[in-house]
Amino acid sequence: MNKIFEKGGKLSWLHSTVDAFETFLHVPGTVTRKGSHVRDAIDTKRVIIIALIATIPAALFGMWNTGYQHSLATGAAPAFWADFFYGLLKVLPLYVVAYAVGLFIEFASAQIRDEEVNEGYLMTGFIIPLIVPVDVPLWMLAVAVAFAVIFGKEVFGGTGMNIWNPALLTRAFLFFSYPNNMSGSDCWVAFKKGETAIDAFSGATPLAVANEGGMDALNNAGYSFMDMFLGTIPGSVGETSALAILLGAVILIWTGVASWKIMVSSVAGGLLVGWLGTLCGATDVPCWYHLVMGGFAFGTVFMATDPVTSAQTSCGKWIYGFLVGAIAVIVRLFNPGYAEGMMLAILLGNTFAPLIDHCVVSAHLSKKAKKVNIA
Amino acid sequence: MSNNIDLKKGLNIPVKGCAELTVSKAVVPGIAAICPSDFKGLSARLLVREGDQVLAGSPVLADKKNPEILVTSPVSGTVKEIVRGDKRKLLAVLIEAGSEQEYVDFGIKRAEDLKADEVRSALLQSGLWMALVQRPYGIVADPAVKPKAIFVSAFNTAPLAADVDFVLADQFAAVQAGVNALAKLTDGGVHVSLESSKYSSSPLHKLENAVLHTFSGKHPAGNVGVQISHISPIRKEETVWTISPVLLAAVGKLFTKGRLDLTRKVAVTGPAAASPAYIETIPGAPVKAAEALIGSTEGVRIVSGDILSGKCVGAEGYLGFFDNQITVLREGTEKELLGWARPFRFNQFSSTMSYFSWLLPKKQYDMDTNLHGGPRAFIMPEDYYQKVLPMDIYPLYLTKACLAGDIDKMEKFGIYEVLPEDLALCEYIDPSKNNIQDIVANGIDLMLKEMA
Repeated sequence: MNKIFEKGGKLSWLHSTVDAFETFLHVPGTVTRKGSHVRDAIDTKRVIIIALIATIPAALFGMWNTGYQHSLATGAAPAFWADFFYGLLKVLPLYVVAYAVGLFIEFASAQIRDEEVNEGYLMTGFIIPLIVPVDVPLWMLAVAVAFAVIFGKEVFGGTGMNIWNPALLTRAFLFFSYPNNMSGSDCWVAFKKGETAIDAFSGATPLAVANEGGMDALNNAGYSFMDMFLGTIPGSVGETSALAILLGAVILIWTGVASWKIMVSSVAGGLLVGWLGTLCGATDVPCWYHLVMGGFAFGTVFMATDPVTSAQTSCGKWIYGFLVGAIAVIVRLFNPGYAEGMMLAILLGNTFAPLIDHCVVSAHLSKKAKKVNIA
Repeated sequence: MSNNIDLKKGLNIPVKGCAELTVSKAVVPGIAAICPSDFKGLSARLLVREGDQVLAGSPVLADKKNPEILVTSPVSGTVKEIVRGDKRKLLAVLIEAGSEQEYVDFGIKRAEDLKADEVRSALLQSGLWMALVQRPYGIVADPAVKPKAIFVSAFNTAPLAADVDFVLADQFAAVQAGVNALAKLTDGGVHVSLESSKYSSSPLHKLENAVLHTFSGKHPAGNVGVQISHISPIRKEETVWTISPVLLAAVGKLFTKGRLDLTRKVAVTGPAAASPAYIETIPGAPVKAAEALIGSTEGVRIVSGDILSGKCVGAEGYLGFFDNQITVLREGTEKELLGWARPFRFNQFSSTMSYFSWLLPKKQYDMDTNLHGGPRAFIMPEDYYQKVLPMDIYPLYLTKACLAGDIDKMEKFGIYEVLPEDLALCEYIDPSKNNIQDIVANGIDLMLKEMA
């Protein structure tokens, strides 16, 4: 690094920034000073890049689907590349805003704390455009990202110290601050200026449809299980295709970056509550539909498993995942005003994760103490 | 043979440079160093001056709090230099070895016939008391204490560690005498842990007067702390002692030969070692004595001990009192273009599936000291670290409690049961590159201060 960027140099206020770009390009030549003389090749950058790669199928599919939904809505004939580029152009500004605002805050706070820039935001920034409605005004997104990064993460001390998943906080902020832009059946499809949907097209998400009229409404709207599994339905950019998300899940589980325990138990929780719902007559939608509708799959795979904000202990992960899945479906079934429960379920899970861990650890320690006393 | 304890968790680090099972030469070093920093909890008082004549076994240092506790010279010769650091802190006493080795005569005794007090005073006088490590905290043993039990790990799973069976070949009688002597100091018995796969080939399975255990599994299965936690975990207000097998043999030789004989086979290992093999030498010998095996010292790090928990001593350094391994590895100061983003890094090992080193399970790596990343806050969850720690504790919670200096929590999460070396693998696999061993060592220091 050039001397002027170091402490006391003229441009020392850029130290963290320069260091971030330098370490992005090169694995630095720093050697171990204390403790273990050799270290594993894995670092946080590798963890993040793998999580990011796992999200790419969902992102690419989401871009194509944005164009595809637009074609359906306007009555145009769907064409693969045209649809994809339409979506790409719609989603790209979201990425630019999410990364520009978030990274600026991230770099600035790293400099204030005199630390290296943490790469955690690369993942957060990659997810944010995938979980917001594609037509969200960019200034709203900017405000939401700033709120989430500053009050969700930096005030706690940055990546690794945060309580809630910052990407979800962005979405929560949007939903509660600008509810008019975030719900209804218009926001999920991206229109050009002056365009309107043809009469036969309803932009309502399957989740909203199912919430209002159950299976009959779903069938009438023409949403089959396969459509929802493949993802050719309206919804947030990245969350529609369970298939693409499944692909990401395989990468995450294989590399061990995200916990399979949380994913499995979240699915179990969702299925159980969905099944109980049909049993007690709250809905006639089969429980497995919940897995492919709305943000359930995306949340389960990419958000609930965030290692920082989820439960830490093995046993805690089972409980945490189950709660997330169960609460998400409970909200869907028993809250008529609000169709999607995944976001709130995960944020609630994040809030209770430390408590879950505390209970798990305390129970384990007292069991251990008893065992030792007998021995 | 009691039931085998099979440990599923752990990690063997595939590093190149295992020592060939030959003793390339016996080295009588010109100089031997006694470093007080080898002994945690010793506040050293100097008993010699420069120019004094000493024999092998003459006292050189004493403990200020308990003057019975002595550190003695491993060689006979002249005190050449007393090395001090900042604030006159005693760093080392250098003793120039004479041409003829003369020993203090402690008298040949049958350990079986001695009383506990006689064993204790023999160990204290000879300086071999220092061989006993007291847990919790890993400090110099307190002679006033009767420990719950004494534990010996008769195999070492650390990367490239010296082969205990090879090191102790022909020393069975000494080990047996050592066990007989130490058994007098405790009512809980001397527990010796063997590797189950080598149980019958190791002569140590014939040991009498000891409780034998067998373990199988990856590193840290050979760490005595891990073994204790499976045999009889340390509770609050309990003390146990541990001793390394090499020093156990030295204790035996004190009684069978009547003199302090610390000679040991030392494995010179590591990816940057020119010809990894064993030498026979004493603790405190300069690592230079192994020059022929180490090779060039340009741009390499020389570690007394293993790559996980050893101490960096440098080319001018000395072999630690407890160590029987020298590891040589390159300093990893080169930058690697986009290293973290490359799909393949065939020359880097990762214990995780995030790289493709799992495709080459037999490969041994030329590892260097590069940190492979920058320091970050902890992001991986508790159970990521538990994968490499076969103990019933919470390594990450413990580390965080140490960081916070929270005594109650440290106690709860198991500070009594661990030494930094037990958490070395957690540090190795940590993607956030925290110095977990250092954090835990500071936690232990805090406990010592607060509990004193």
